[in-house]
Amino acid sequence: MAAQTLFEKIWNDHVVRAEPDGTTLLYIDRHLVHEVTSPQAFEGLTVAGRAPRRPAAALAVPDHNVPTTDRRIAIADPISAKQIQTLDDNCRTFGITLFGMNDIRQGVVHVIGPEQGFTLPGMTIVCGDSHTSTHGAFGALAFGIGTSEVEHVLATQCLVQKRPKTMEVRVEGQLSPRCSAKDVILAIIGKIGTAGGTGYVIEYTGSAIRALSMEGRMTLCNMSIEGGARAGMVAPDDITFAYIKGRPMAPKGALWDQAVASWRQLTTDAGAKYDAVVELRAETIAPQVTWGTSPGMVTGVDGTVPDPRSMGDEKLRQATERAIEYMALTPGMPIRDIKIDKVFIGSCTNSRIEDLRLAASFAKGKKVAGSVHAMVVPGSGLVKQQAEQEGLDRIFKESGFEWREAGCSMCLAMNADVLQPGERCASTSNRNFEGRQGAGGRTHLVSPAMAVAAAIEGHFVDIRQWS
Amino acid sequence: MDAFTTLTGSVAPLDRLNVDTDQIIPKQFLKTIKRTGLREGLFYDWRRRKDGSQDPEFFLNQPRYQEASILLTRDNFGCGSSREHAPWALLDQGFRCILAPSFADIFYNNCFQNGILPVVLKGSEIQALFEGVAAHAGYRLTIDLAAQQVTTPEGTAYHFDIDPFRKDCLYRGLDAIGLTLQQAPQIAQYEQRRRSQAPWLFQDVK
Repeated sequence: MAAQTLFEKIWNDHVVRAEPDGTTLLYIDRHLVHEVTSPQAFEGLTVAGRAPRRPAAALAVPDHNVPTTDRRIAIADPISAKQIQTLDDNCRTFGITLFGMNDIRQGVVHVIGPEQGFTLPGMTIVCGDSHTSTHGAFGALAFGIGTSEVEHVLATQCLVQKRPKTMEVRVEGQLSPRCSAKDVILAIIGKIGTAGGTGYVIEYTGSAIRALSMEGRMTLCNMSIEGGARAGMVAPDDITFAYIKGRPMAPKGALWDQAVASWRQLTTDAGAKYDAVVELRAETIAPQVTWGTSPGMVTGVDGTVPDPRSMGDEKLRQATERAIEYMALTPGMPIRDIKIDKVFIGSCTNSRIEDLRLAASFAKGKKVAGSVHAMVVPGSGLVKQQAEQEGLDRIFKESGFEWREAGCSMCLAMNADVLQPGERCASTSNRNFEGRQGAGGRTHLVSPAMAVAAAIEGHFVDIRQWS
Repeated sequence: MDAFTTLTGSVAPLDRLNVDTDQIIPKQFLKTIKRTGLREGLFYDWRRRKDGSQDPEFFLNQPRYQEASILLTRDNFGCGSSREHAPWALLDQGFRCILAPSFADIFYNNCFQNGILPVVLKGSEIQALFEGVAAHAGYRLTIDLAAQQVTTPEGTAYHFDIDPFRKDCLYRGLDAIGLTLQQAPQIAQYEQRRRSQAPWLFQDVK
């Protein structure tokens, strides 16, 4: 058999039927459901008189709208409350397992899947959410879909797809101390651009990727979509298996052994060809900070805001000018001189226990600057519980960070956690689009370590030299 | 879903790169449990000045573009979030066709699910169309899906590529789920075979 990439192996394992023109009916193993992109899909099923094909392959959780303050009080926004109630009702009607708002297992959909062992290597996983790419960290083919396709998967457990192209992003070498997966993915997006991965599935390879923990690999794959790729993946290895073993939904006993033996085959064969290859050296990656309104508008913390006048392409120049104006920066300004008002540590990119441990280690014994409001939002109820058992919540609170309940929170500000117009935020989330964290708000994407240092100093600092 | 065969309509130009779905429809409009009535949210922030009043400069606030059914824009349109509220809002405004040099994958796919035709043309062709719209009030194009052609008032025809299966579904307004359900026996056979190979994939979620 011809040498195959990891992607090709998983794809081929899920082909129900392939037409001569390449149109493929692809089987979907697992489906994550949340409150924002599912109501119209359930309504569609009801209108057409259709039932879910395999309700036991889906897991639902409210995350986008949930308040991160006291959950014992009713949700203040009646429209948010209704959307969450609608998810509850639909799950009951259609027989789908739900982790409700007050379940300790509730959390951001892309945090709880891996946490529960719901996400496994070799699977196809979808969700009505573009950051479904996160689950590719386990060597799964995981991608975001729209609501019509949510309905399609519920009704048929399949999707009609054309096979995407493959891109290898190889990162060799050793990261600088205090640089993390977040810096790697931001540097990759800076290199390939926000549409560089359009039409591709990315496989991340190389020694710097293999050295990452599962949390780091999830951060990396999470932002594949910010580089235009619907899916990103890392071949599973012993780090992956150690993470999964013993989780509630993971296979047990003889089934576990059988599964691991199968998962060990999920690597790209020697001699397999990708459609595109991108290479980076880990040593060259500085802590990254976005300065603009697109994740590709990024530079090292030792860099400066670019000068649009130096750009040859007219459309790029206009976009850069517009971004600098929106962000209220000046061309040539050092990134370290940018002062911030808010800090958000959380989101499906950076809210797992390892992120919080790291953030707490930098916050310990220091105080958030008087001009800064900072909050930490754990990725799930279980992450929160674990962090509290380790005393991380006390470290954050003593430093002046707010310690919240789990949810998407200020990553997209659908709940009450919103930037005010003109406020500037150092955020560990994934999108710095205009108004993403609140109309008129200004977002700089950074790693958790960089976010903590910025909270304490009131402006960006180079975490490599920060004491 | 409404079928798309041919469309002759006026063109509205949005001359920006990388328009993301957060701009097409901001988060506060995603709390709905319906697909309709999203026009109010379309480009909500861009339509307004800082003081909250309508910006008469913004293209959708200009009277000449009120009846437009074709949106002309730049590279990587629809990037970011997978929210299908973006095509729902564009449809609610009356857009049935979007012309751009490139689209983000998820948005492109979502268009086809809603009877919207996203057309990829060369950058130079898109540029020529922007110039045409700027020069002529009420600039109209004809989009012919069967012929895969965009025709200008001057008679210039631009060819576009489209996946044959997607074209057929859109042209006939087919129910995609209904089509897949016709393959239920093949899906069942697949599940049976796969269950014996990899039984852990079929453990119930609970």
